[in-house]
Formats: sequence, C-alpha cells, structure tokens
Amino acid sequence: MRLARHIRRRTDAVRSFSAPTMPVAKRHDWLSTLEDADVANLNARCSKIIEGADAKPYNRDWMDKCEGKARIVAQPATTEEVSAVLAYCNEKRLAVTTQGGKTGLVGGSVPVHDEVILSTTRLNTIEGLDKDTGVVTCGAGVVLETLDAYLREHDFVAPLDLGAAGTCTIGGNLATNAGGVRFVRYGSLRGACVGLEFVKADGTVVDCARTSLRKDNTGYALPQLLIGSEGTLGVITKCCIACPSLSPFVNVAWLACNSFDEVRKVLTTARSTLGEILSAVEFLDRGALDATLRAHPDIEDPLETDAPFRVLVETAGCDATHDAAKLERFLEAIDVEDGCVAPTTSAMNALWTLREGVSDAMTSRGFVYKYDVSLPPSTLYDLVEKTTERLEHLDVDVAGYGHVGDANLHLNVCDVTGYREEVHALLEPWVYEEVARSRGSISAEHGVGQCKPEYLHLNKSVEAMDLMGSLKKVMDPHLILNPYKVLPASVL
Amino acid sequence: MSLKRVLVGVKRVVDYAVRVRVAGDGSGVELANVKMSMNPFCEIACEEAIRLKEKGLCEEAVAVSIGPKQAQETLRSALAMGCDRAIHITTDARLDQGGLDPLAVAQLLQKIVEKEEPDLVLVGKQSIDGDHGTTAPMLAELLGWSQATFAASLNVDGGTAEVERETDAGTEVIKIQLPAVVSADLRLNAPRYPKLPNIMKAKKKPLEAIDAASLGVDLTPSIVVEGVAPPAARKAGVTVESVDDLVDKLKNEAAVL
Ligand SMILES: Cc1cc2nc3c(=O)[nH]c(=O)nc-3n(C[C@H](O)[C@H](O)[C@H](O)COP(=O)(O)OP(=O)(O)OC[C@H]3O[C@@H](n4cnc5c(N)ncnc54)[C@H](O)[C@@H]3O)c2cc1C
Repeated sequence: MRLARHIRRRTDAVRSFSAPTMPVAKRHDWLSTLEDADVANLNARCSKIIEGADAKPYNRDWMDKCEGKARIVAQPATTEEVSAVLAYCNEKRLAVTTQGGKTGLVGGSVPVHDEVILSTTRLNTIEGLDKDTGVVTCGAGVVLETLDAYLREHDFVAPLDLGAAGTCTIGGNLATNAGGVRFVRYGSLRGACVGLEFVKADGTVVDCARTSLRKDNTGYALPQLLIGSEGTLGVITKCCIACPSLSPFVNVAWLACNSFDEVRKVLTTARSTLGEILSAVEFLDRGALDATLRAHPDIEDPLETDAPFRVLVETAGCDATHDAAKLERFLEAIDVEDGCVAPTTSAMNALWTLREGVSDAMTSRGFVYKYDVSLPPSTLYDLVEKTTERLEHLDVDVAGYGHVGDANLHLNVCDVTGYREEVHALLEPWVYEEVARSRGSISAEHGVGQCKPEYLHLNKSVEAMDLMGSLKKVMDPHLILNPYKVLPASVL
Repeated sequence: MSLKRVLVGVKRVVDYAVRVRVAGDGSGVELANVKMSMNPFCEIACEEAIRLKEKGLCEEAVAVSIGPKQAQETLRSALAMGCDRAIHITTDARLDQGGLDPLAVAQLLQKIVEKEEPDLVLVGKQSIDGDHGTTAPMLAELLGWSQATFAASLNVDGGTAEVERETDAGTEVIKIQLPAVVSADLRLNAPRYPKLPNIMKAKKKPLEAIDAASLGVDLTPSIVVEGVAPPAARKAGVTVESVDDLVDKLKNEAAVL
C-alpha cells in the first residue's frame, strides 16, 4: 500500500450536472408513513435525529442520480440505539435505509421513497488491534482511511483500499463487499472479515464479533450472509477484520501499451516475476487517460507516447533491495511501448491520482452511465470497443479502465449534453446482456442497489433468486430493510 | 563553449513521506526497515545537471554519493535519470546525525572535485534528514570557488553563470564566475521519471567505489548527539460554541488579543 496519500478523497464535491429523475419502483403499500408521534418516539430511542432541511443532503446520492424523500435521519451512537430504532420501525412497519459514507455507486444508500435513514457514522470507535493476529475490531461507521491510518501506526494496513477511502465506512465496504485496488494482493473482504455484529430487522443483536482469531468453523458463517447484502438483511454495527502487516517499500511503474493484449501480457508477467510483492495492477484506456489528464492539469503524463493504454503496476514489500531486484526483472521481461518508474512518493501519488481520478473526471464533465463488470480477460476490452462503435453517431465519450488484475472493467459513457433517452436505450439492457453472454458479472464490485435488481436474473438462476427471497423473509419478515434494492419484487 | 564536467551530489535519506520514529534508546531516528529515497533537493540538482547536458552546455554529468552500500541504489537512480557515471564514497557512518560531520562531508567531496576537476558542482540546498544546509557553502569555501545557494534558475554561459536565488524578500539574480558550487532549491525544475530504456542502461554505466577512509580526511565526529526525542504530541483542538467564546479564549487562554 501507499505510504500516505495526502490527496483528494473528500468525495462530496459539488456537481453541475443533475440527473433526470430516474424511474423508481412503486412504493410498497404495506409500509407505513412516518408520523410526528414516530419522530418523538424515535427521538426517545436514539441520541441524534436529524430532521427537515438538515436531512436533505442524506437523501441525495454521490452520483447525483438518485434522490429519496426521507424526513428524518437517525444517527445512533451505540448498537443498543440501533436495536431500539429497528425494533420500533419493525413494529410500526416503517422502512429503513442504512447509510454509511454514502459513496455507493448503485443508489443503495439513499431512500427510494420516504424510508427512514439510519446513518452509521457515529458508530466510529476503534476498539483495538490484536498484534499477534492482526485482527482489528471496530464500529461499522469508522471511515476506511481513518482505520488504515490507525493500523499503519501499528505497522499493519487495511486489507482494502479504494478511491473513496476518505469518505466510505468499513461497514459500507462490508455491506457492498467492496473490492478496490488491493484485491489483487489481499483477495476479497470476505476472507478478511472474521467476525461481525449485526442487528436484525426486529432489533435482535446478533453478536458474531467476539473473536480476534482467523479460524472458526463452527456452524454457518453468518457474517458472510451480511457481507454484500447491501443493507437488506440487517445492520452491521461492528466488525473484526484480519489485517496484513505493512509492506513499507512501495514502487510504482507506469507503462504504455499498444494493445489490450499487451496489457494482459504485462499482467501475466507481473504475476510471475513480482509474485508476492505485486500489490496492484490497474489500467486506463485513452478515453480514461484524456479525461483524467484534463481534470488534473497539474499532473503530466510522464510518457509522451500516443499508445492507447496505460498500466499502473504497484509493488509493496518488506525488503527494499529484494523488491528493487524483482521490479527490475519485471521491467526487463515486459515488452511495452514505453514505461517509467515513479522516482518519489509524490510521483507515485500523482500516478495514482491519474488512475483514481478517472471516475470523478468523467462525472464532473457530464452525465455518466457507469458499468462495473467482470469479464474473461481475453475479451474484456471488446465491450469498450463495441460500445464505442454502437454510440459512434451520438458524440459521447467512452472510457474503459479498472482493476485489470481482477478482470474487472469499469466502462463509463459520458454525455456532456446531459442525459439522453436515446443513449440510455442503446446502452441498457444491451451492456448487461453482452456481459451475461460472455459469462461475466453485471456488477463486479459495486453491487445491485436500486439500479440493477431487474437485471439480477442475468447472473442468477431462478432457484438462486428464490432462495435469496426466502432468506430475506427470514431475516426481515416485514421487508422494512432497504426496500426496492437488490432483489426484484417478483421474488418477495 | 560547453563545460567539460558537472559533478552532482546525491544523498540517500529517509523518504519524505515516511513518518519518522525515534529509536527505542533515543539514539536517533529509526532507519531499520524504513523506505529511503534520493533527497528531494538532490534530485533537483541531478535534473539540472542532466538538462545542462541535454542543452549541450556540458559534456559529462557525474553523480557522487557518500553513504553505505545501499547508496548505490541512489546512484543508480541518478544514472537512470541520465547521469553518465557515478562515484560511491563508502562509509558505514550515519549521515543524518551523529556520524559524519558536515565538514567531513564537504572535505570528502572536495577530494572528489580535486580528482574530477568539474567546472560546476551541483548539490541540494539541504538534505531533509540532517537539515544542515552546509554542504554547498563549506565546499565552495574549501575550494576557494564562487557559490550560489538556493538556486531558483541557472543559466550557464561559457565561463560564467547567472543564478536566480531565493531569498526571504523575493529572489535576487547574481552572476558568478565558474568554477562554482550551486545549490538547488525547490523551484529550479521538476525532476523527470526514469524511463524504461534508461533504467536498463543505468545498470551498465560505470560506478566507482572509493573507501571514505582512503581519502585522507579526518572522519572522527566532532558533533556528539546527546539524545533525540520526538516532538510533543499536539493537543487536540476544541470546538468553540460562539464567536464570543472564541474571543474570550484568545484573550484569556491564548493571551494573544
Ligand atoms: C471515488 C469512488 C471510488 C470507488 N471505488 C470502488 C472500488 O474500487 N471498489 C469497490 O468495490 N467500490 C468502489 N466504490 C464504491 C463502493 O461501494 C463504496 O465506496 C463503499 O464500499 C461503500 O461504503 P459507504 O460507507 O460509502 O456505503 P454507503 O454508500 O453508505 O452504502 C452502500 C450500501 O451498503 C449499505 N450499508 C452501508 N453501511 C451499512 C451497514 N453498517 N450495515 C448494513 N448495510 C450497510 C447501504 O444500505 C447501501 O446499500 C467507489 C466509490 C467512489 C465514490
């Protein structure tokens, strides 16, 4: 991991392109509407309730695409308060949307209608770190960057890192099973999360967070059920995360490739020559690079070539000489158009800014259709080419970038003129169907939220979706938790 | 007329982004398992030397570093940036504090200058570990050469150089006679990224190692480090309730109003 990134990362920037009102699911008629008496009752159960105009910012999502109409935001400070709020809402059939840092990219963390928002940001205590096992125990509302800084003080690091680290919460990361740029090194958060405490819809606290040990095969792995459930099965209040020790020596190479095949070869060579010190492999195409360079006029591309791809390869190890020798072997083994190595930490940060700045760069320029898919590496980039071809006559910017080390593509289409139905209709469901045809995932890491339930069937069998519906009804019989998200109404 | 040779000093220091820790026994900053990099100001000096070469204003750029075995990595970086060859003055003494005196450093460099006979010596204005800022002035004095410290721009023209210097009140432009010692400040240039082919070529460029003890300089330290302690932890701030509250605190607690 990088030593320190003193850059960007307050993601609540003001955006100039507001979206059209997206069509939303019809309000469930079995849910109640919040009355003044409910507000009073919730005030008695929760030490902080935000109302009126102050609640408005909590309703609008990070992409500025989805907006809910919650009257209040409950901001509990303890698990007990979370439990009391849920018990009350369950009894009164009041729907609840759990919200962490609100950086989710599928409209999962804002209400669709008038759901009560339950914000976890005050559950922000870091209880401690077991230095023997590397397991840290903390509240769900701890901001990822804060957790990482705490861990670094003790020579450990968080097992994940992503562009929204300064704002997103560990609870939100777990609820979306976030991937990020460290996935290639440390694997899925599912492996790192060794314990969870969560609250069921009826207020029952389920404490599976009493461990600082990595191994425990006693019965069903309930925390796994909550990971990736996007607030539909329960509220995560506390977690135990196994963290790797810090690798203090970091290097970043920035390479120019002439084709996506060349990019893939860089990846395989990186795996074989860098081995355990490989910590990230990210790629950008020309569209993504142009956008991010435009958005960061202070940063120059150190490579002057027109080659259509850039690859960022990061190593992190614990022996500077050994790492340097490996890096050199890697650089010798690859066959690319051009390349360089960041000479300093600020140069490394600049290159990372170029990569992580793509998303913001696109969003600030116009209306963006965002797709986050995984595809077999051999055909991964075909989707970007096909999309460019399909939209050629419409004058939009198409960019492909992402975690190439995990076969994860972010496809963004930016329309500087704003939202156009014509563009939308050409993209959806076409993109999802293309991905499904190649046996890819229509959501590699961002989840389903309110944007994709109707496409879930492209990746899941009827039987799998029915079982999801059954599990949902066991955990949340009155369907108050994050309604209209993840599951299509047909399975409930 | 182009210069025959520029000598550029590059030092290996704790990377600026590392949060330094004091060793358990209070003897100094912890160096074990800590990322080291080329001193940022040396990097600027190195870039300037290479630019002189690229502009055809000098024929050869030679990097020199005093330090342990790993200082060779720093020299390889200088070679990858574009220096032609490197000289490593080997020593196991610490270079941040309590090891080699700043004077000894300048004297060792003086020996190399006498041997290499450069027309210009470029160094960083200070290294970010010891923070002495003494190498350029001491070396110039030892050699009896002109000096220009805190350079923000450098124009070499035959036997003279025009240097814009950073001062507290702005910049001043001075003209100096070569040979000279110039120290680089932050705005002099933006150092380049070593490119792939140059990284490979750097491995084959000559790197000569010379034992510091063989140069006839007294290396016994005259500065004794009594102890090193981290700065006191900052007290957490408080949120004031109102402007009146703030004014009250500024008057009565901080006593600045
Ligand atoms: C600039 C940027 C870069 C990103 N990069 C990546 C990336 O590389 N990889 C990746 O996977 N994602 C990425 N994301 C999206 C990612 O999903 C979120 O950043 C993050 O994981 C969500 O955390 P959050 O606290 O903001 O959650 P929110 O957005 O608040 O919530 C996300 C979902 O989780 C639920 N939830 C939140 N907290 C809890 C809880 N305590 N209990 C139960 N449910 C909860 C919400 O109801 C919602 O459905 C990025 C986002 C941005 C803005």
